[in-house]
Amino acid sequence: MIDTFSAIYLSMLLPLLAMVGNLIFADRANLRDGFTFACAVATFGAVLIVLANEGSAITQEVSLVEVFPGVDIAFNVEPLGLMFALIASGLWILTHIYGIGYMRGNNEDHHARFFAYFCIAISSVMGIAFASNMFTLFLFYEILTISTYPLVAHKGNKDSVDGARVYLGILIGTSIALQLTAIIWTYALTGTLDFTEGGIMEGKVAGWLAPILLALYAFGIGKAALMPFHKWLPAAMVAPTPVSALLHAVAVVKAGVFTMLKVGVYIFGIDYLAQTGASEWLMWLAAYSIIAASVIAMMQQNLKRRLAYSTVSQLSYITLGMALATSMGALGGGMHIAMHAMGKITLFMCAGAIYVKYHKTEIYQLKGLGRAMPITFAAFFVGSLSIIGLPPLGGSWSKFLLMMGAADTGHVVIIGVLMLSSLLNVAYLLPIVARAFFLPATGDTPTSYNEAPLFCWLPPAITAVGCIILFFYAGYIQEFLMPMVGG
Amino acid sequence: MAGAVEVQHTALTLTDHLPVLQVAIPFLAAPLIVLVGNRTFAWVLSFVASALALVISFLLLMAVYDGGYISYALGGWEPPWGIEYRVDAANALILFLISAIGTVVLPFAYPSVKAELKTTSHTLFYACYMLCFTGLLGVVVTGDAFNVFVFLEISSLSTYVLIAVGAERDKRALTAAYDYLIMGTIGATFFVIGIGFLYIATGTLNMADMSDRIADQGSNRAVRAGFAFIIVGMGLKVAMYPLHLWLPKAYTFAPSAVTIFLSATATKAAIYVLLRFMFTVYKPEFVFETNTSLLVFMPLAVIAMFSASFVAAFQVNFKRMLAYSSVAQVGYMLLGIALLNQTGLTATMVHMFNHGITKALLFMGAGAMFYYTGSAFYDKLGGLGRKMPITGACILIGGLSLIGVPGTAGFVSKWILVQAAFENGWWPVAIAIVLSSLLAVVYVWRAVEVLYLTPPAKNSTAKEAPLMMLIPMIILAGSCVYFGIFTDLPLGASETAANVLMNGTNGELLR
Repeated sequence: MIDTFSAIYLSMLLPLLAMVGNLIFADRANLRDGFTFACAVATFGAVLIVLANEGSAITQEVSLVEVFPGVDIAFNVEPLGLMFALIASGLWILTHIYGIGYMRGNNEDHHARFFAYFCIAISSVMGIAFASNMFTLFLFYEILTISTYPLVAHKGNKDSVDGARVYLGILIGTSIALQLTAIIWTYALTGTLDFTEGGIMEGKVAGWLAPILLALYAFGIGKAALMPFHKWLPAAMVAPTPVSALLHAVAVVKAGVFTMLKVGVYIFGIDYLAQTGASEWLMWLAAYSIIAASVIAMMQQNLKRRLAYSTVSQLSYITLGMALATSMGALGGGMHIAMHAMGKITLFMCAGAIYVKYHKTEIYQLKGLGRAMPITFAAFFVGSLSIIGLPPLGGSWSKFLLMMGAADTGHVVIIGVLMLSSLLNVAYLLPIVARAFFLPATGDTPTSYNEAPLFCWLPPAITAVGCIILFFYAGYIQEFLMPMVGG
Repeated sequence: MAGAVEVQHTALTLTDHLPVLQVAIPFLAAPLIVLVGNRTFAWVLSFVASALALVISFLLLMAVYDGGYISYALGGWEPPWGIEYRVDAANALILFLISAIGTVVLPFAYPSVKAELKTTSHTLFYACYMLCFTGLLGVVVTGDAFNVFVFLEISSLSTYVLIAVGAERDKRALTAAYDYLIMGTIGATFFVIGIGFLYIATGTLNMADMSDRIADQGSNRAVRAGFAFIIVGMGLKVAMYPLHLWLPKAYTFAPSAVTIFLSATATKAAIYVLLRFMFTVYKPEFVFETNTSLLVFMPLAVIAMFSASFVAAFQVNFKRMLAYSSVAQVGYMLLGIALLNQTGLTATMVHMFNHGITKALLFMGAGAMFYYTGSAFYDKLGGLGRKMPITGACILIGGLSLIGVPGTAGFVSKWILVQAAFENGWWPVAIAIVLSSLLAVVYVWRAVEVLYLTPPAKNSTAKEAPLMMLIPMIILAGSCVYFGIFTDLPLGASETAANVLMNGTNGELLR
């Protein structure tokens, strides 16, 4: 059996191996994509080995190299990170299949380059998931930003160059100006950056400073798309859809909220946040972000942009979960990472399938398309319900936990915000499905069955089923995450 | 006791003479190159001489890495009467940087000089290069104040020539060299006047000796005036804002190989001299110095960080952009001095090293593109990142290191500098540091977009750079990443150096 840390290193090295494969076999499409697929499966396997070895335990860290005194590049296993690694590597397999269908079906250029950068991004996500201190996390966080930049700029036309500029500007800008300041400040005050149960700030950071530090972190983690630093996410929608699906619904944005949870739980410590009230303001800002982004989503006519704003809103659920400063909230936030990932990747893959087959990007063009693409739209429907949070779909549990957390702290308004948000989700997601199934087809829309290529509709169908399965296994996930809050 | 020392010196083991060989080898190579007068031989000899210098500097650095110092009496004349070469961690690191860059530039210079200069001047070019190399090494290795001035002049005079030969391609190199000649001479004059004052006050030229005697002087005006003259004089050579005006021109119009070498070493040697005078000759407790740091260095450094970066963001010439970025980066180094704490000095030392390799790498990238396009203007560089993938990747790594992205050398120095600012409780300064690095994102990314996202010029004949250029670039790009993760060598030496400078404890005499 492979030991835990070898498996961790494998999970980071296998995607890099896939990248090298892409460069070597650049011109042999089937070999190249097959090789990447094998590496993706192996990466998932490596993460499964970690799971089999450690379960939901929090392990000691293993250091690779000491960069500054007391600051190492080091890794450990911890339930939240392990869950994140499982989601990202598992969905990578599906997204890769989907990506092959999309890139070929859509006649995009430079496949090898595209998949190569994709692999680097996945590798850095694994680094983020297994990082055992803030420094290591930050290192991979920045690699993730830089490796996804060429994916956003992939088409090379003016729109994508501009979009990529906004993307990089906000993500690099916030991380260097705010997050890095916060990290070095934390280090100067506490002398460590290790993720520690119960946090490292207790007794070392004055109460008045805590909200300021938290603000530097919360806005500095630009990938969490907390308003007003959310504009990069809609800007990133110029990327090919596989990027939007895996990276901008799962890996990159979840890396953001994952970092947010890690900072809240292991750097500040939930009790410290609760004592000092440092996260009170963040809770209200996240609540505002949830509602405002949903309202903006309703006004979007472009399907991918609507989904992007929906993501902005849903990410704030997770930030909210941390800001509630109760263990229930943190658990809900953690679980929402999984639930939202499964739901949102479904929606994006459906949007991409529609684009590949019929080149439709605007919502008003979708009239009657459901008869031609029943599987795609059925998957879209299931994904929508999960985002809304209706049983029997995964999304309902995480919302439930978040509401419990809000009730614990006596914030009735927050419960109201969560309910209002669900209604808004209904208002901007379900009309899309209704329009496709119930309105008559117009223009060039076919009326008989004519689905997207197999590689484009199968992956979203699988993740839609995943949304249903997650509903029944939510209890396991909650139990799995328990050690994170010391339970 | 004196007898025992005498015996050691007459025993003539080679290691005893490393400090002087460090300077003597390249110094002797220069006239030899002129005497033989063969182009290929000139290059080979330069390369051998600088490689030997590199080996020597590495041995010296390893010897003093953990503290202590090496004192070498030139010609056997005991200090403080004779000239003393004194090596400790502070100058050993800079010696290593200068000789490493001097060596790694030479393979690059071979094709580059061939393309940029007419064949008759190649031999003299390498002779000048060796003189400049000698001068910079000498400035750093010597422990004698007047000897600093002598070597400073050797390096400066040869630098003027090296910049001026750029006129074969662009006549503006002549005015650039002339500007630098005037400014550099003013700087050197101020510096020598400052030393004059110190000599009047203390009656010695040996820096260690001077240091002891200044401590007895109290607030002697000659000592203060000397300090002011030295700071301004060296400030000119450092390109301290607002005394930096010679630098962008000189770096833009000098031949590529010269720019690479100077950008990584010349200002660094000058900053080292500044450090040596501020912390060894004068002590940090010297009140006048505390005020200078707080009221002159700190504001000027912050202004440099912002204004020079801002100007860099608007440049349309790659080399000129990098030159302005250098002025801004010098600001970070001066800020580390201004903090007047040990972490700040560590930051200055390590940033000199890290910025040296980063900037050399970027100017090499510029030089490799210049090799094909004959221009460094952005409109001529469009799409070159795709035509020259390895060069492009190297520039990208250098750019990331310049911004200070984690995993690169530039990040290490920025981290230490911000930490030093927090140690002093100067959090607005810490925020200024990170905000100014956002401007670095802007000017670096502008270049990246040009290289990768603009369509290449029609009938562009550019292809991947020759191997002689690629190897140095790959070495430097590798170092940028290596020293971003394995920080032992530069950071360890910098910490020792900062300790030596800040606490004035030289440790034991090693040999």
